[in-house]
Amino acid sequence: MKPAPFAYHRPSGLDEVLELLAVHGADAKLLAGGQSLLPLMNFRLSRPAHVIDVNRVAALDYEQALDDAREGGQRLVLGALTRHRRLTEPGFERRCRLLSLVGPWIGHPQIRTRGTLGGSIAHADSAAELPGALLALDGEVLVASSRGERVIAARDLFVHHLTTTLEDDEVITGVRIPVPAGREGCGFAEVAARRGDFALAGAMVRLSAAPAGDGSLAEARVVLIGAGPTPLRVEAAERPLLEGGVTPASLEALEAAVRSGVDPTPQQAASREYLVRVAGTLARRAAEQAGADLAARLGDDAAGRENGSRHGR
Amino acid sequence: MGAESTSTTPRDDPAAQHAEPAAERLETTFELNGSGVRLEVAPRMLLTDALRQAGAHGTRAGCEHGVCGACTVLLDGEPVRSCLMLAVQADGCRVETVESLAAADGSLDPLQDAFHRHHGLQCGFCTGGILMSLTALLREDPAPSEALVRDTLQGHLCRCTGYQQMIDAVLELAGGAGGPPGAPDADGSTAGGAGR
Ligand SMILES: Cc1cc2nc3c(=O)[nH]c(=O)nc-3n(C[C@H](O)[C@H](O)[C@H](O)COP(=O)(O)OP(=O)(O)OC[C@H]3O[C@@H](n4cnc5c(N)ncnc54)[C@H](O)[C@@H]3O)c2cc1C
Ligand code: FES
Ligand code: FES
Repeated sequence: MKPAPFAYHRPSGLDEVLELLAVHGADAKLLAGGQSLLPLMNFRLSRPAHVIDVNRVAALDYEQALDDAREGGQRLVLGALTRHRRLTEPGFERRCRLLSLVGPWIGHPQIRTRGTLGGSIAHADSAAELPGALLALDGEVLVASSRGERVIAARDLFVHHLTTTLEDDEVITGVRIPVPAGREGCGFAEVAARRGDFALAGAMVRLSAAPAGDGSLAEARVVLIGAGPTPLRVEAAERPLLEGGVTPASLEALEAAVRSGVDPTPQQAASREYLVRVAGTLARRAAEQAGADLAARLGDDAAGRENGSRHGR
Repeated sequence: MGAESTSTTPRDDPAAQHAEPAAERLETTFELNGSGVRLEVAPRMLLTDALRQAGAHGTRAGCEHGVCGACTVLLDGEPVRSCLMLAVQADGCRVETVESLAAADGSLDPLQDAFHRHHGLQCGFCTGGILMSLTALLREDPAPSEALVRDTLQGHLCRCTGYQQMIDAVLELAGGAGGPPGAPDADGSTAGGAGR
């Protein structure tokens, strides 16, 4: 129940991290929040010869809003060391609604003070909230190595349970998320054995309103966690929403599409049949919630316009 | 702070696991309950063990994988699992353990006193960690809702009490300001309510 011996490195700059990875890559592990790596090391399931502690690398701890000329919106860039706790802070929902919605469901408060965005994404547990959210947000991962930098779209990152397309010498420096110009509604639902445990399964739905403001949808994303070897986007479940909005009929179609689109791995506490069923139900709840969320925000806009004109502006 | 490295330890050399050479020890200095502590530790030493070595025996090693909460301490004011931190990572930080709560003459702090009166502990194994998580909560919000108290306690396992006495203790301390049972979660009630 204690880690095997290793050499400890505590770089303060990103350059040093890249150098250490270039030399020790295959025998090294980056240590971020430690909330997944240290349990594995305590159990000796992971025995890295080198541990590279990135907690004091200031270049990995930042938040930026970039204008996105192409889309007319903005992009939010969050450093790899963004702690889960930050996502639950008041006001964060204005920066990213979906991340603030899933934040309180990641482990316990005492885990969220240490666990990081980059660590959760690199760890790539298929039941983890953040990899799923990144996929639902069409996010990208910013990656660096001594060979250079690259950007990996979330859809190209997750390969299998705990497996990504990151190379041994690469570090995630941050994630980039498009922030749409128009209104967005989000929903999230999960089921776990106990609050704070990893989800057995979960669903997130993100809807963006068309700029016309007539209530039609420009975009829909339906992503399941714990329902396959990676977080899973089910496009067939998005189509009914795009075509008909959130209605009893489209929810029915979404639920059926999710049930035939997922591929869950049975667990001790949950059979495959159960996970398939619950995935459909959770997706329906998340879609209902996203629909209500979007309607409320469009309603706020309309009320705002009315107030504005009443006051002669 | 510059890069610090130690020499390589052969991964599968069983001898290396038992006797680590003196060169493998790193100096780590932190503030423990208001006093400076300087330790020479192997890089792999967990903070839990370092704290116990430094005399803070109220910090317990339970599961050593983050689940039970018995090892919870405050690091720069925030509750963390000391079993999921290396002692060397506390270098330069402020650590508070359950020993910091009672006064020097042994009189209990208000939270401990409320636990005492409400029978919030039996064997006490989980108590040090729980008191530290609740201390952080009460510093942030002196009158937390019942939902917030429950949210904090969900990160701890207690095999003895059934938790209700602890909740009663905190809510009494909060002046009965806690919300009624079933009040919406502090995190906003999401459709995820299915999780409970
Ligand atoms: C009791 C408990 C309950 C939990 N419940 C949940 C839950 O419900 N949902 C959930 O999603 N998670 C949960 N977790 C896991 C937690 O969210 C972890 O924080 C997260 O999975 C890993 O992030 P970390 O920063 O702690 O990474 P670490 O543990 O430090 O690292 C994890 C892996 O990622 C690699 N890594 C770290 N940073 C980088 C980087 N910048 N670039 C490349 N690779 C990197 C490491 O080398 C390692 O392989 C739980 C953990 C515990 C202990
Ligand atoms: S010993 Fe650290 S959480 Fe159980
Ligand atoms: S009092 Fe015995 S485990 Fe909590």
